[in-house]
Parts: sequence; C-alpha cells; structure tokens
Amino acid sequence: MKRRFRKNKKIRVIPGFHLTLGITVTMLSLIVLIPLASVMVYSLKLSLSEFFGLLTKSNVLYAFATSIGCSFLAACINVVFGVILAWTLTRYDFPGKRILDGFIELPFALPTAVAGITLSKMYSDTGVIGKPLAVLGIKAAYTHVGLVIALVFVGIPFVVRSVQPILEKLDGQYEEAAYILGATPSKTFFKVILSEMKPAILTGFGLAFARGVGEYGSVIYISGNSAKEHTQVISYVIMQKLNYIDYASATAIALVMLIISFLILFAVNIIQMKQAQRTNQL
Amino acid sequence: MLGDMQKSRKQQGKKTTYRYHITALLLAVMMLLLSGCGRQKSDVITITNVSYDPTREFYEAYNKMFIQHYEAETGKKVEVIQSHGGSGMQARSVVEGCNADVVTLALAHDISLIEDTGLINEGWMDQFPDQSAPYTSTIVFLVRKGNERNIKDWDDLIQPGVEVITPDPKSSGGACWNFLAALSYAKEKGYSEAEQKKFLKELYANVSVMDSGARGSTTTFVENGKGDVLIAWENEAMTVLKNYPGEYELISPTVSILAQPSVAVVDDNVDFNGTRDVAEAYLSYLYEDDAQRLAAENGYRPSNQEILKEYEDTFDLTMTLWSIDDFGGWDQAYKDYFDDDAWFDEIYNY
Repeated sequence: MKRRFRKNKKIRVIPGFHLTLGITVTMLSLIVLIPLASVMVYSLKLSLSEFFGLLTKSNVLYAFATSIGCSFLAACINVVFGVILAWTLTRYDFPGKRILDGFIELPFALPTAVAGITLSKMYSDTGVIGKPLAVLGIKAAYTHVGLVIALVFVGIPFVVRSVQPILEKLDGQYEEAAYILGATPSKTFFKVILSEMKPAILTGFGLAFARGVGEYGSVIYISGNSAKEHTQVISYVIMQKLNYIDYASATAIALVMLIISFLILFAVNIIQMKQAQRTNQL
Repeated sequence: MLGDMQKSRKQQGKKTTYRYHITALLLAVMMLLLSGCGRQKSDVITITNVSYDPTREFYEAYNKMFIQHYEAETGKKVEVIQSHGGSGMQARSVVEGCNADVVTLALAHDISLIEDTGLINEGWMDQFPDQSAPYTSTIVFLVRKGNERNIKDWDDLIQPGVEVITPDPKSSGGACWNFLAALSYAKEKGYSEAEQKKFLKELYANVSVMDSGARGSTTTFVENGKGDVLIAWENEAMTVLKNYPGEYELISPTVSILAQPSVAVVDDNVDFNGTRDVAEAYLSYLYEDDAQRLAAENGYRPSNQEILKEYEDTFDLTMTLWSIDDFGGWDQAYKDYFDDDAWFDEIYNY
C-alpha cells in the first residue's frame, strides 16, 4: 500500500495541483515570459557589432554606472534605515503606530512621477529642504545626491516589508537566553537577532537594488538628465531611444538591464541559500 | 506564546487586506487612464484630439467655440476629448492604437512618423493652408525679473557661469526647435561649420538641467527656481508671464526659428469612426478669424498675416525667423543633427 502511494499521486486535502500549476504557467507566460522573450527578439535585430557599439558608447556606459552605483548606495541606506523602521514598528507600541505602518507602503501606491516632481521641488535650491542644504554647500536636486534620495524613497518599503514579518515571528526567548547567558545588548542584537534577519535583509536589499536600477518616473525629474554631470540613468537613455522610434536599441539596452537585474536577484538567492545551509548545519 | 501567534496572524490578515485595497486602487487608476483613449456611444458625435503639452489652455477654449459653431451650422452636437503629453510620446500613442481623429502636434516630423505607418494619408501637409500649420510660434528666452545676467541675444547664453535650462532634443521633439533656433543664429552670423559646432557646444555646456520635455523644463525653471534663463516656446513663456505677473521677463533674440505646430486628420481612424466631416471641420475652423484671434490670445502667432498684425504689440515681429525648410526639412534635420552620432551627439558628448 505504502509503495503504491509513493508511486502515484500524493493525496492532498485540497486537490487541484494540475489546475493551479496550469494557471501559474499561463499567467507567468502571458505576463512575464512572453514579453521578456519579445525584448530578446527585438534586440536581436541589431548585429553584434552594432550591439556592442551601442553599449560601449560613453553616455550609455555612464548611464549604467550611474544607475547601478546610485541604486547600490540607495539600497545600502535602505537596509540600515529599513531595519530600524521595521524594528520600531514591531518592537514598540506608540500612538499612531498603525498609521505610520500604513505610510511605509505609500511609495508603492503613489505614482512615481508625482514623487519625482515633489522631491525635486523640495530638494531644489529654493525648496523647503534644499534651501538649508544649499547653505551647507550641498546641492541635492539635479545631482547624484538627489538621485539617491529618490531611489531611497522608492526602495524603502521593500526592506521594511521583508524584515517586518521575521521580526514579528522572532521568538523573544532567544534574546532572553542570550541575555541570561551573559551577552551584552549589542552582542545580542548583532549575534542573535541580526543573523536571524539576514536572509530577509538580503531579500529586501536585492529587491530595492533591482527596482532602483530600473526606476524611471521618480528619478527623471530630480536627476537633471545631464550627460555632462553623468546624471542620466539607464532607463532615461532607453526613453531617448524610444522617442526616436528606435525600438531595437531601446530593447538592446533593456536586455542588458534585465540581465543585470536578474544577476542581482540570483546572487542574493545564492547568498541566501548558503546562509540557510550554514544555519541548518549549526 | 499562543496568544502572540494568534495576534500576529490577525495582524498579517489585516495587512493582506491593506494590500488588496491598494491593488484594487491601482487597477482602478489604470482603468481610468486607459479609458482616455476610448469613447462612449451616444447621439453626440465624439472626436478625439491628440495634442501636445502647451496647447492645453488654447484647445480648452477653442473646443467650446467650435462646438457652438458646429451646432449652429449643422445642428449636430459634438464632443471633443482632449489628450495632452509630450509630442513624440503622443505620436507614438497614436501609432500604437490610440483612436485619435485629429492630431495637433508640436512638429511636422511627429505627424510624418504616423504617416509612415499608413494611418495618415500622404499629402496631409497640403490638406490645410500654410503647410497645415494654423498657428505658429517661435523660440524665445525667459529670464528672472531684472535680468541680472543681462541676456539679450544668443551669444549671451554662452558666457561662462550662465545657467541655461532647455529640454533634451533626444527625448523631446519640441526641444529640437530650441536647438535649431540656436543654430539659426549661428548661421545668420555667418559662422563656419566648426564655429557653429563650437557655439552649440558652449551653449549646451551651460545647460544645467536637461528635462525630458518642454513642460518639465518650465517646471524646473519656474517652480524649482533653477537656472538663469529658460529657452522656451513663445506661447509657453507668455503663459508663465501671465501666471506669475512681475516675476519674469520675456527676451526676444534677434534670430530664431519659425516653429510650425502641425495638424492633421488621422484618415484611418476617421473612416473607421465615421467622423471625417467633423474632424475636417474641426481643423479648418482653426483658420477662421475668431479662432486665429483666440490662438493669438493664447500666445500663438496666427498664420493669418492680417490678424497677426493686429497683435504686433504682443509679438515681436522684427525677429529674423528661419524655417525648417532652411534646414532641408525635418527628415534632413534629423539626419544631420539629431540621429545617433549626428551633431547633437558630437557636441554633447562627455
């Protein structure tokens, strides 16, 4: 009897494995795989030499460097502040906590262009926040600083929402045990709590980073798009190509961006797997 | 422990509902956006006018005028749906299936792009008078009150330290006019080709913020207080003067370009919608005296020369205006100046 069961279908409480798998594959194909494949097909219209000629142009290279560099920096900032935010929201009770919790997701809901225009107004030399910064000699809007600010804005929910559930589930006994065994509060945090959060932080980091590399709406108004100052981001260069109905070049750059984003997420997954293995061994 | 777990599960349940709400909201917004290109069925004839950014105020007034006129003339009720955006982007939306009956875009080249797909018949430029450009404009400077940098003409823009705001010709069709206006000045001065490039290089080196469209540049200059001078369409500059009295000055350079925003009927769509008569009437009425005056009041130069003279206090008629034909038409201009590795890439390469 036992053998037959193992050979045939596993019996489940709720049936429908084939149906749901079918829906999953169809949805994935329609929404992700087929559009992405068409990006590939479009970009193949360029010959290899055209493809590399396009990608090694100075403005395209600078745009890649700007996008990746600023997104990386923004993702790092998001990790630090995202963890603090998540910590505050899960560990403490204070009036208005629910509302604050709701605010975290606003960057998801707000059209990014609105965010971009608002941020560029606030951080320009005459803006509310930009003015005091300008007195200190920091130019925020229309520089890399502004770019990072915009990317921090769009990326922060990813980190908070990845870390929050882990912190909520984290058993208080671990901390208590660490403390009773003589660990200082900081040691408890770094050795016990942080290592529990690490996979979630990595996920949040990867998501925020990948999102930042592809971001358009929010950065376009605050970046100034100056080739001279290297504040053009890669999605802006794609828009330039689209405006000249140059779909082949646009998709070629998009393809490279896609590969970069994929590699980021892939790397994060690998690190996470390694991490999980180590934890299991312990 | 158990209580804690239940509590957290409850919280998570709440959070999922939040997310549902947000998703539903986003979907609703998307539907609304998409419906901008649709139409409703009723006994009122509906036409869609796909236009570019700065014409918003003009067409709002013109549509009212036209609807009255058309009802008085034929007894039929018309409704006009307006759509505005960057000119190139709007052209692309028509190519990709937006059901526009007429297009009123910033430059003939954008309409030619639609023509290339077969949606608009060849020869649209001769369908209406004055190369199908019922109103024209030109490129001028907008400076802050007092004009501290003492900007009078194009060569003042290349002084070191002057911050210029102008949109990117690589992403905005309208911005190509700005580039060509500067080039017109260099050509008028009799500069050699190397000198022309040097002049343009110095000019674009002074550009501190390059927005993706003309409206974006105006916002940067006016709302965010960035830059000393905005290179702008005359009508856009006049709108700013009107909205912010006493804060800005309009400077007309000695040389500029005759910007001809063109209009056309989208033949394929009107035949499908059965709206050809209305669409053609809509565009020809732009040339009537009333409409021409309305255009003038909104900062556009009427193509009717007599009416233009009535407004000589508003528009500087002494400027030397080059036209796109002096650059061999749009196709040639794009090939020479804006395509990959053409002039603009050469002078703006860091």
